[in-house]
Amino acid sequence: MKKWKYLTMTAVMGSALMLGACGSDSAQNGNNAETNAPASSGQEAADEKLQGTVAGDGSSTVAPIIEAVVEEYAGTQPDVKVSVGVSGTGGGFEKFIAGETDFSNASRNIKDEEKTKLEEAGIDFTELAIAYDGLSVVVNPENDWAKDLTVEQLQKIWIEDGTEKKWSDIDPSWPDEKIVYYSPGTDSGTYDYFDEVILDGADLVSAATLSEDDNMLVQGVSGDKNAIGFFGYAYYLENKDKLNIVKVNGVEPTNETIEGGEYTPLSRPLFTYVKNSAMKDNEAAYDFIKFTLENAGDMAEAVGYVSLPEEKYTEGLKTLEGLK
Amino acid sequence: MRYMDDTAVMKRMTKRITFNKVWKTLFFLATMFALVTLAILLYRIVTQGIDYLNIDFLTNFASRFADKAGIKAALIGSLWLMAVVAPVSIILGVGTAIYLEEYAKKNRINDFIRMNISNLAGVPSIVFGLLGLTIFVRMMGLGKSILAAGLTMSLLILPVIIVAAQEAIRAVPNEQREASYGMGATKWQTILRVVLPAAIPGILTGSILALSRAIGETAPLVVIGIPVILQFLPNGLLSQFTALPMQIYDWAKRPQEAFQYVASAGILVLMTVLLLMNSIAIYIRNKFQKRY
Repeated sequence: MKKWKYLTMTAVMGSALMLGACGSDSAQNGNNAETNAPASSGQEAADEKLQGTVAGDGSSTVAPIIEAVVEEYAGTQPDVKVSVGVSGTGGGFEKFIAGETDFSNASRNIKDEEKTKLEEAGIDFTELAIAYDGLSVVVNPENDWAKDLTVEQLQKIWIEDGTEKKWSDIDPSWPDEKIVYYSPGTDSGTYDYFDEVILDGADLVSAATLSEDDNMLVQGVSGDKNAIGFFGYAYYLENKDKLNIVKVNGVEPTNETIEGGEYTPLSRPLFTYVKNSAMKDNEAAYDFIKFTLENAGDMAEAVGYVSLPEEKYTEGLKTLEGLK
Repeated sequence: MRYMDDTAVMKRMTKRITFNKVWKTLFFLATMFALVTLAILLYRIVTQGIDYLNIDFLTNFASRFADKAGIKAALIGSLWLMAVVAPVSIILGVGTAIYLEEYAKKNRINDFIRMNISNLAGVPSIVFGLLGLTIFVRMMGLGKSILAAGLTMSLLILPVIIVAAQEAIRAVPNEQREASYGMGATKWQTILRVVLPAAIPGILTGSILALSRAIGETAPLVVIGIPVILQFLPNGLLSQFTALPMQIYDWAKRPQEAFQYVASAGILVLMTVLLLMNSIAIYIRNKFQKRY
C-alpha cells in the first residue's frame, strides 16, 4: 500500500522532470522556427499575422509607455510574444550587452563605456527617441520660498561640498533650516541625467536619501517642510496636490514647455535602443518597434509624459526602415 | 500560638502578585504586537485592494488602465514556477536528507557538508539570484525562462527542505529501524517502508512552507531580470514569464495612485495562494500524523 504511493510519487515527479527536458527542446526549436518563418518583406505588416518573440528591458521611467504600447500591440498581433523587463536604464543595458534583449529602454543617452562594451560584444545598435520627460524638481507645499531656482542654485543645493547645507546658505532670505534631500537611485537613468546636466560630474550631496521607487521620493518630499527632490514628470503630475513644483530658470515644466524645448536643461528625451541585427532578422521585433514609434506619442501622453513633435517619429521610422 | 504572620505574608504576596502581573502583561503585549501589526497590514491591504479584486482581475493581462489591469500572466507564471520548483527541490532535498541521515558516516567531510547546508539556509536570496543569473541564465543558456528561474528558486529553498527533512528523519525512533532490520529487511527497504512513512508529515510540511517562501520571493527574480510587461501565457518551460511578486512590485512603483490599489489586490491574490499552500501543509500533517 505504502509502496505504490511512493512509486507513483516518484513516477509523477520523474515524468515532470522528463517532460521539462523535452519541453525545452521543442520550445527552442519552436522559437527558431517562429522567428525565421515569416520573413516576407511587406510594409503593411499590420495586415499579416506575425509570430515570434521580442525581448526588451530597461528604464522604469520608460516602462509605463512601453507597457501601454505592448498592451495595444497585443491587440493587433496577438501571436507575437513581447516581454519587457524593468531593470532600470543601467541594468537594461547590461542585459542588452549580454545579448539577451532585442531592445533596451533608456531615460538617458547611452554611456561611452556601454558603447565600448557593445562594440566588444559585436552588437550594433540604433538610438530611437520615443517621448519627452521633464525632470521635475519639487518641494513641500509648505515651502513658500523656493519657487524658482536657477541652475546655479540647483548646483549649490545638490553638489556635495563637505558642509551641512541650510536653505539660508542658498539665499540669505530663506529660512535657517537644514535641507532634506530625496533623489532617485544611482542605477536609474533619471539620476544619471541629473548628474549630467546639473551636477556635471561632481558628487551628489551625501545627505540625500536615494530610492529606486519614485513613490518613496514623493512621500519623502510631501512629508517634510524642508525637503527637495526630483523625478520624472509623470510622478509630479499624479501627485500635484502633495507637492510644489519648482521653476527652473523661470520656466515651469508643462507639456508645452517640455515639448517646445523651453524647459531646459531638465527636459530630456526618452529612448529605446534597438539591436540592428534583431531588426533585420526578426520580423516580429521590427514590427513591434515600428508599432512603438507609430504609437509612442499617444501612449506617452496617456501615461503622463510628453510626445515628441511628429517629424521626430517620422525620422525615427525612416531610420528604422534603413535597418531592415 | 500563631504559625504565620498573615500581614507579613500578604505584604510579600501582593508584591509578588503585582510582579507576576507586570511580566504577564509585558509578554502578552509582545504577542499582541505581532498580531496587531498583521491585523493592521491585512486591514489596509483588504480595504485598498478589495474593490479591484474580481473575476476580471484574475482573467485580464496587465494594463495601463488600473481598472482593466489583471494578474493573469503573473498568477499562471507563478504556478508554472512552482511546477518546476516543487519536484526539483523536494527530490533533491529529501534525497540529500536521506543520504546525510541514513547513509553518510560521521566524519569530517560529512560534518562539513552538514554545517554548510545549515549555512546555506541563511544566505540572502539575492545571492542565489546572482548565482542563477550566472549559471542557469548565462552559462547554461536557459535565458530568462521558467526553467532558469525555477532552478534558481529550487536552490534557494533546498537548504530549508534538507534541514526540515533531516529533522523529520532523525525524529523517527531508532527502535523502529532496528525492528525492521530484525525482521530481515535491507537498509533500503527500511528507509522506504519504515523511515519515510514515519517522516513524511514533517518532510511535506517543511517542503510546503519552503515552497510558500519561494512563491513570495522577489529578489532572485529581479536579479535574473524576468520581464514584467507581457501579454501572453507561458507555453513551455523555456517560455518567458512573470510572477506574482514581480507584478505587485511593478504596480506599487507606478505614479498613478489607483495602481497602489491594484497592487493591494495583487497582494490579496498572493496571500490567498500562500494561505492555501499553508492549509495544505497543515492538512497533510494532521492527516498523516493520525496514522502513526
